[in-house]
Amino acid sequence: MFEAQTNTTSTDAARVPTPLLQTRSLGFEAGGQRLIDTVDVDIRTGRRTVIMGANGAGKSLLLRLLHGLIRPSAGQVLWQGRPLDRAGRYAQAMVFQRPVLLRRSVLANLSFALSARGIRGRERKRRIEIAMHQARLTALAYRPARVLSGGEQQRLAIARALACGPEILFLDEPTASLDPASIHAVEELIAQAHANGVTIVLVTHDLGQARRLGDDLIFLHGGRVVETGPAATVLDNPKSGPAKAWTEGRLFFESDPWNRSQRLGDRS
Amino acid sequence: MDSFGSILAEAFGLILALDPDLVEIVGLSLKVTLSAVAISCLIGLPLGAAVGAFRFPGRIVLTVLLNAMMGLPPVVVGLTVYLMLSASGPFGALALLYTPTAMIIAQTILVTPIAAALTRQVVEDLNREYAEQFASLGVGPLGRISALLRDARFSLLTVALAGFGRAVAEVGAVMIVGGNINHVTRVMTTTIALETSKGNLQLALALGVVLLILSLIINAAVMAVRGTAQRAAYV
Repeated sequence: MFEAQTNTTSTDAARVPTPLLQTRSLGFEAGGQRLIDTVDVDIRTGRRTVIMGANGAGKSLLLRLLHGLIRPSAGQVLWQGRPLDRAGRYAQAMVFQRPVLLRRSVLANLSFALSARGIRGRERKRRIEIAMHQARLTALAYRPARVLSGGEQQRLAIARALACGPEILFLDEPTASLDPASIHAVEELIAQAHANGVTIVLVTHDLGQARRLGDDLIFLHGGRVVETGPAATVLDNPKSGPAKAWTEGRLFFESDPWNRSQRLGDRS
Repeated sequence: MDSFGSILAEAFGLILALDPDLVEIVGLSLKVTLSAVAISCLIGLPLGAAVGAFRFPGRIVLTVLLNAMMGLPPVVVGLTVYLMLSASGPFGALALLYTPTAMIIAQTILVTPIAAALTRQVVEDLNREYAEQFASLGVGPLGRISALLRDARFSLLTVALAGFGRAVAEVGAVMIVGGNINHVTRVMTTTIALETSKGNLQLALALGVVLLILSLIINAAVMAVRGTAQRAAYV
């Protein structure tokens, strides 16, 4: 079993804000397999947390557990110190890797999301205008959402999530299949949201993006957290075998030396 | 016996002359069928959407039941409705037997499972795509159903079309509960059956042609709407 490495310096530890979201011994099993195993993480208010790891590490699953889309098999998710409930869920929003857009216009997609949150009338109109302006979609307001380009669709998905006024925004590889210009536009939207006080939790495979957007980093391997710390520190000097292999662009195997030494309890 | 060609010519003559009997029969057929399809859709679409979108105990049993009921034998439905509406039946006091209303009831029973079962399939597929997003946005059960039905609207046109096809071509049930009474409950299919047995093939064939043309027009209209929707990426 791996022990999670905490890759921090004393100055980082000195300015730890209150956790907005925490997991306690979080576990999830499916088909007899433990896909998320005893995960304890803190998502700090106002920070940008990046979740990384190889394919199948459990990143998207962890994101869904944090957002309450799936029920954990073990442990719990705490929102502001209390078990995640409906009110907590309403303070969250999520953007999926492949944008899920209704078969309606750009404007109707935004309107639907706000109506679902009980936001109507003038306030809804105001939020829609702001969202379309921020995502630079005003000119496309009446265009069917599903004929937009991949980048425009993802910007709409982010704008829709932000229009709901979340305290925290989960993003599951939002730029995975986008061109560089669209990636830049999406990153700008995320940065803008963060500047407006939204806590960001981002799953990405892109090392550059993790450096650009990440304050904190959680590295997953086999459903377990193997390393946490400031994004730059973890990426520049990874302590765990899986994170080290990842930054070096190679696969990590169970037989690798770091893993063996962990199992023997020899972490020297 | 006249040749097929001359019968067909006479049939077209009746259609082109807008023969009053023919117009009356076609009118009643459309009234009964469209009413039954509308009521079936009002019941079947939300029911099918609920079964397709939500997980609840008995969902699989209900799905199997709806699918099985798609193949309900019309004469059995006709007989059951007849027994319910007959003077000694539980709804005998309503005096609905041998009226167009009885025919609408029988056709509604036949079409509702079709509307519900096909809607379930359409909505289930769409819900697979939308479910997580709905959960993330916190959309309530009614909001989900209405959003799914709205976004599947062009696919559901085909569902309504399938129901229309079943109802307009149906003969057994409406014959039993309607009685095929001239100027009261005589519709296209029952007239075709009657006139054929009487040897009046011109009217029978004329009605057959009208039935085919109606099906063709409605199918073409639905395809055109779907095509337009597809081009606008609404399907």
